[in-house]
Amino acid sequence: MSAPESACAAALATASMEVMTGNDAAATAAKLARVQVIAAYPITPQSPVVEQLSAWVESGELPAEFVTVESEHSALTVCIAASTVGARTFTATSANGLAYMTEQVWWAAGARLPIVMCIANRAMAAPWNVLNDQQDSMSVRDAGWVQLYCRDNQEILDTTLQAYRIAERLHVPVMVCYDGFLLSHTMMPVSVPDAAVIDAWLPKYDHPLTVVDPADPRNIGPVVIADPRADASGEGHGGYMEIRAQLHGALLEVLDVIPKVDSEYGAAVGRQWGGLLWEHMLDDAEVVLVAAGSLGTQLTVAAEKLREEGVKAGVLGIRAYRPFPVAALRGKLAGRKLALVYDKALAYGYEGPICSDLRGCLLGTPDAPAVFGAVCGLGGRDVPVDQLAGAARRALADAEAGLRVRETDWINLHLEG
Amino acid sequence: MPTKILDLPDTSYVLPGNRACAGCGIGIALRQITAALDGKMVMTVPASCLTVLGGMYPIASVSVPWLNVAFPSTAAAASGLAAGLRATGREGEMTVLAMAGDGGTGDIGIQALSGAAERNDDFIYLCYDNEAYMNTGTQRSGSTPAGARTTTTWAGKRENPKDLPRIMEAHGIPYVASTSAAFPTDVYDKVAKARDIHGLRYIHMNTPCPSGWSFDPKDTVAIGKLAVDSGLVVLYEVVDGVFRLTSRSASLAKAGGRLKPVAGYVATQGRFRGMSDEAIASVQAWVDTRWAGYLARDAAEHCSSQTTAS
Repeated sequence: MSAPESACAAALATASMEVMTGNDAAATAAKLARVQVIAAYPITPQSPVVEQLSAWVESGELPAEFVTVESEHSALTVCIAASTVGARTFTATSANGLAYMTEQVWWAAGARLPIVMCIANRAMAAPWNVLNDQQDSMSVRDAGWVQLYCRDNQEILDTTLQAYRIAERLHVPVMVCYDGFLLSHTMMPVSVPDAAVIDAWLPKYDHPLTVVDPADPRNIGPVVIADPRADASGEGHGGYMEIRAQLHGALLEVLDVIPKVDSEYGAAVGRQWGGLLWEHMLDDAEVVLVAAGSLGTQLTVAAEKLREEGVKAGVLGIRAYRPFPVAALRGKLAGRKLALVYDKALAYGYEGPICSDLRGCLLGTPDAPAVFGAVCGLGGRDVPVDQLAGAARRALADAEAGLRVRETDWINLHLEG
Repeated sequence: MPTKILDLPDTSYVLPGNRACAGCGIGIALRQITAALDGKMVMTVPASCLTVLGGMYPIASVSVPWLNVAFPSTAAAASGLAAGLRATGREGEMTVLAMAGDGGTGDIGIQALSGAAERNDDFIYLCYDNEAYMNTGTQRSGSTPAGARTTTTWAGKRENPKDLPRIMEAHGIPYVASTSAAFPTDVYDKVAKARDIHGLRYIHMNTPCPSGWSFDPKDTVAIGKLAVDSGLVVLYEVVDGVFRLTSRSASLAKAGGRLKPVAGYVATQGRFRGMSDEAIASVQAWVDTRWAGYLARDAAEHCSSQTTAS
């Protein structure tokens, strides 16, 4: 976190400092965003987000429609339909809940609806496990949503607010991902901006792409054939592939919008988060530790430990995983000796998803570092800092031995029981 | 008073020409459904024959707002439309109509529908029941009648269909009706009545399908009427829990309750070809039991409520 010099001192002065969980930070942000329709279904560790919102709706503190649906599939469907009408919508889920709504995850993006969904990241069953990793959101990384990963509870609150501005500017849905239990259930001090400051920064959503009006009837989301086709007056319109290309184009445009919104937020509220990426002791680093979410915070401690040992280590945190910040990553990593990616997820039968993406984006670029992968923390497995540092030492030894390709390193794994 | 056929509005929100099969029952009914709502509506539709009827981008065949949604999600989408319209202060501008086929309603869509009904969300849900997955090529659904051959029941379906209106009635919603696309005035009156009720209103509409049932497209209305005369389809409504037969079914009851035999109905459609006498007798017994139940309910609830009123 850094406060811009031009930070709005008044905004910081009117903010209130509270101690809250990550889930409460997400709920508080949704309330500050004055969401109009909320629909959610309980799942650990997300449930407290919507319990809190439900209490605020019932007390009248938050004037919104709260639809207590019978499943996650319906939760996202309600947001899809309400967003089509032009309402600002919110939902949240985790793990199997996200998997259950996957069909609608794709639908929301294809329909270009600015829905914001918080994901309290949790391991996927089977076997059952309610604790943290990032397999759930990683499994839908290609669906056309923006994915932002948070380090701490303050970032959850600020990012959820920023998510609405990003979503509504380009008509794309945004997932705000934060680690289950590690953040969702951990109390931290959070500065809550004054509602008037946010009202000015995030005005009412009043420009949906969709029109739902009997005086101007439209068939929204009908069958679209492969090729462009003329309408009744003979004017040509894109086919399925053109529509999908437009979604891709919007997501690439988000790469410019995320840093802009972050700095606009900084100017209004007094905090910003690095835009697409964040870094710690990166300037002269030869060994760069890469991760998304709260793991990045742990890596800063590991990097400091390595520095004490004389290893020039630094951290590059992924804040925006989708769209993937290719140019920013290339810029930050050119000339380094090694990038070690710590994934809390796995593409089974291959390797960690961030590792693959990073290696792919650096391939063939000048002065690219070696990119190695490590997998850790699956199903809430403890990730001690000394083991994170140990993995970096092993990777550095492999790189110095001339290896450019290496198997994924599993951290804190005990196959022998 | 029931509307007479000549009194149905001339206004049509269904434009000339659409992509439905020749003789499709949906088209007959959709004219009355949209007219009964004066076009002041938004409809939501899952993957189904109706999607096809609605047209392919950028051409549409129906001039009312229409939101396409994923197969299991029709009722939840209607809940979302209602919530979104309320949240934006526009709930008075239009009626929300969910319209899905029998598979989309009673099979893959029943979870979302049951949830919305339990919450009594404010929309009309109309199931057009063409008694199988017609849009994907006539696979059996939970609404396919016993004896019907489909592409997943080559020897004829063994089970009777599930009773969706009764399932919906068990949710305690304010309005449940059973109608048929072959009775446009009954469709019109039920949608018009539902329009003025708040909460979840469920209308189940039998919809003859020439291609899936295998009959000549010119016979859609005749077969729909025969289904009612044979008791396979019964026209009724349940308002706040009070049952009454309507339209042709009420006339049949008044005339002594005699139905035409199931065997005659079965003989009109290729889907029942080769159905054994035992299977027909079994369906006849199922029809007779159901019909006796409807007659008893009509006498107990409708006729007694009329007596009380007078």
